[in-house]
Amino acid sequence: MSCGEGKSRRTFLKVAAGTAALAATGCGSEALKSFMKTHLREMTRGELSKYLAGLEQGYEEQFGRDVEVHATPAREGVLFGYGLDLSRCNGNRMCVAACVEENNQSRFTDEKEHTNPIEWISVLEMETEHGIEFSHADAYYNPKTVPEEGKFYVPVQCQQCRNPACVKVCPTKATWQERDGIVVIDYDWCIGCRCCMSACPYGARSFNWCDPHLPSDEVNPNMHVLGNRPRQRGVVEKCTFCIQRTRAGRYPACLEACPTGARKFGNLLDPESEIRKLLEQKRVFVLKEELNTQPKFFYFYG
Amino acid sequence: MSSRRSALLQFVRGSFRAWVIGSPIYYLWLAFLLALIGMGAYAYSNQLEHGLILTSMRDPVSWGYYIGNFTFLVGVAAAAVVLVIPAYIYHWKPIKELVILGELLAIAALVMCMLFVLVDVGRPDRLAHIMPVIGTLNVPSSLLAWDVLALNLYFFLNLSVVTYLLICLFRRKEANPYLFMPLVLFSIPVAVGIHTVTAFVYNGLPGRPFWNAAILAPRFLASAFCSGPAIMLILLQILRKTSKLDLKIEAIWKIAELMAYAMFLNLFFLLAEVFKEWYSDTHHLQHMRYLFFGLEGHTALVGWAWTSVVCSVVAFLLFLIPGTRKNLITLNLGCVLIWVGVYIEKGVGLVVPGFTPSTLGEIYEYDPSMTEFMVGCGIFGIGALLFTLMVRVAVDVVSGKLLADEAA
Repeated sequence: MSCGEGKSRRTFLKVAAGTAALAATGCGSEALKSFMKTHLREMTRGELSKYLAGLEQGYEEQFGRDVEVHATPAREGVLFGYGLDLSRCNGNRMCVAACVEENNQSRFTDEKEHTNPIEWISVLEMETEHGIEFSHADAYYNPKTVPEEGKFYVPVQCQQCRNPACVKVCPTKATWQERDGIVVIDYDWCIGCRCCMSACPYGARSFNWCDPHLPSDEVNPNMHVLGNRPRQRGVVEKCTFCIQRTRAGRYPACLEACPTGARKFGNLLDPESEIRKLLEQKRVFVLKEELNTQPKFFYFYG
Repeated sequence: MSSRRSALLQFVRGSFRAWVIGSPIYYLWLAFLLALIGMGAYAYSNQLEHGLILTSMRDPVSWGYYIGNFTFLVGVAAAAVVLVIPAYIYHWKPIKELVILGELLAIAALVMCMLFVLVDVGRPDRLAHIMPVIGTLNVPSSLLAWDVLALNLYFFLNLSVVTYLLICLFRRKEANPYLFMPLVLFSIPVAVGIHTVTAFVYNGLPGRPFWNAAILAPRFLASAFCSGPAIMLILLQILRKTSKLDLKIEAIWKIAELMAYAMFLNLFFLLAEVFKEWYSDTHHLQHMRYLFFGLEGHTALVGWAWTSVVCSVVAFLLFLIPGTRKNLITLNLGCVLIWVGVYIEKGVGLVVPGFTPSTLGEIYEYDPSMTEFMVGCGIFGIGALLFTLMVRVAVDVVSGKLLADEAA
C-alpha cells in the first residue's frame, strides 16, 4: 500500500468538489466522508492506522464486541498456491461451513424480510461418466450421505489467478492482486457495478444484494481489512485464501476443516513447501486453462 | 450586453411558454409521464432502502433488465449519427432540421443510460469513484471506464452542437460551419465509438462465450441503426401533424430505406452467429439454445427471443419493399416492430443468456421483478419528459415561432 501518483491533485479536486457538493445539496456528513475517502492503496501509514481504528470502532459499535482489524502486508518472497486432491474430496462441504464461519459471511435468516446467505466455496457434484464438465455439475446436491454412487466432487473457489479477468475489468481499481498473489477487494471503494462477477470464469465472486446478516456471537473478531472484515450491502466479496490467517503463517480455514486431507496450501516460491512438493510429485491441472487466467489453485488426483 | 441578456430572457420566457401551453393531448402526455416518474421514484426509494435484493438479479445472473436497457439506449443514442451523416456530409437539405431532433434524442437517451447505470450499481453514493479526474478510473484496462469517458464525451458533443445551432437559429444568424462542422464530424466516430465500447464491455469477457464473439460490436451497430431512427420516424410524423415544421415526406422514406439496409446487416450477423454456434455444436451453444429453445425445461426467454426474430424479419420486409415503406400505416407498423425486436434483442435477450447457464453450469431463471420494471418505467418517463420539453423548444425555434427580436 504505497503512495500512488497524482494523489495530492486528486485530493485537492475532491476537497473542492466535495465542498461544492456539500454547499449545493447540503447532504449529510456520512456521504461526504465516503466521498472524501482516500483509496486504501494511496493511504499513508498514519492515515491507514487511523482508518483501521475507525473500522474497529464501527464494528465494535455494530456488534458490541472487541474486534481487531489488521492490514498485515504481503511478505517478501511469498506467493501463495493451493492444491486440491479430487480423489480425496468426498463432498462433505465442511470447508464451506468453516469458510463462512471464519470469514464473517452473510448467514441465512428467516427473521428478516430479506436474506442473502453467501458462500465463497461451491462444491460441485459431477458425474463420473462425464468427468469434469460444468454443464453436468450440481451445486445443490443434498443426499443423506456423501459420496454418492457415480458422483465425484469438485470444490471451486477463487482460483487466485495470475492473470485475473476480474481485476482487469474493474472500472474503479477497487480490486487488485497483492504481491503474494492474493486478489483482494477494497470494500469501501467498490461501487457494486458487478463487472468483476461477469468477468470471473469461476463464479468466485458474490454480491451483497441486501444487508448481510451476521449475528454478533458468530463474528470472527480477528479481521483483515482486505479479507474477512464484515461487508456492507452493495459490494462484491470473494475468497482471499484467508488473508487474515495465511499472512500470519496459518493455514486457510477450509484446509484445516477438511476431514479427508484433500486440501494443500503453501508458498510457491519456497522449494521446500508442501505445495511445491505436490507440484513436483503429482500431475496437476487448472480449471478452464484455455482462458489463460493462470490460476494458482491446482487440482490433482492423489 | 443588455441586449444579450434580454435575448436570453426572451428565450427562457419562450421556452417556458412552449412547455406550459399545449393541447389537451400534450397535457395528458405530461401527466402520463409524471405518473411514470412518480412510480419509478417510489420503486427506487424502496430499492435504496432494501438494496438490489428487490430485483430478480442474483449471483448467477448478476446483470439484468437495467443493464439491458442501458445497452439498448446506448444504441439509440449512437443512432443519431445516422441522421447526421446524410444531412451534413451530403448537404441533404430536407434532413437538416432532423439532425437537431436526432441529437436531442441522443441527449435524452444518454441521460436514460446514465440513470440505468445509477440504479444498477450497489453503491450509488460512491459514483464519484468512477468519475474522470476525481475518481480512480481504471484506464486503459477497464472497458466500463472507457465507456464512462466515451458516453460523457458524446453527451457534451451533442449538447454543444445542438445548443449552438438552436442559439444561431434563435438569434437569426447563420451558424458558422467552421465552428460546428468539426464537432459534427468528430461526433460521428464518437457515436460509433460509444456503441463499440459498450459492446466491448461484454465482448471482452472470455468466460462468457455468448458475448465473446467478434461479431458482437458490428451487430450492436447494425441494430442500433434500426432502433434509433425508428423512434425518429414516429416522432417526425407527429411533428408534421402537430407543428408547422416543414418536413418533406421523402426524408422519412429515405430514413426508412437506410433502416432496411441496417436491418439486413443485423439479420445477416445473427445468421452468422447462429450458424457458427449450431454447426460447431460446442458447449458454447448452450447459451443460444437457452435463448431460443430453453434448457432443461427453463424456457423464460424463448417466447421473447422468437418475438424478436419475427418482428425484425417482418420489419425488414416492410422497409425493403418500396410500396410498404411509402405507406404510412405499414411504415409505422414497421417502426413499432423494429423497436420491439431490437429492444428484446439488445435488452434481456443479450444480457440474460450470457449468464445462463452460469460459469459453473447453474441455470438460474431470471425474470425482471416488479421493482425493476417500475424503476425502468420511471427512467423511460424521465427520458421522454426531457425529450418532449427539449423538442417543444427546438420545434418553436426551428419553425421560427421563437425568435430573438430584430433589435436584439
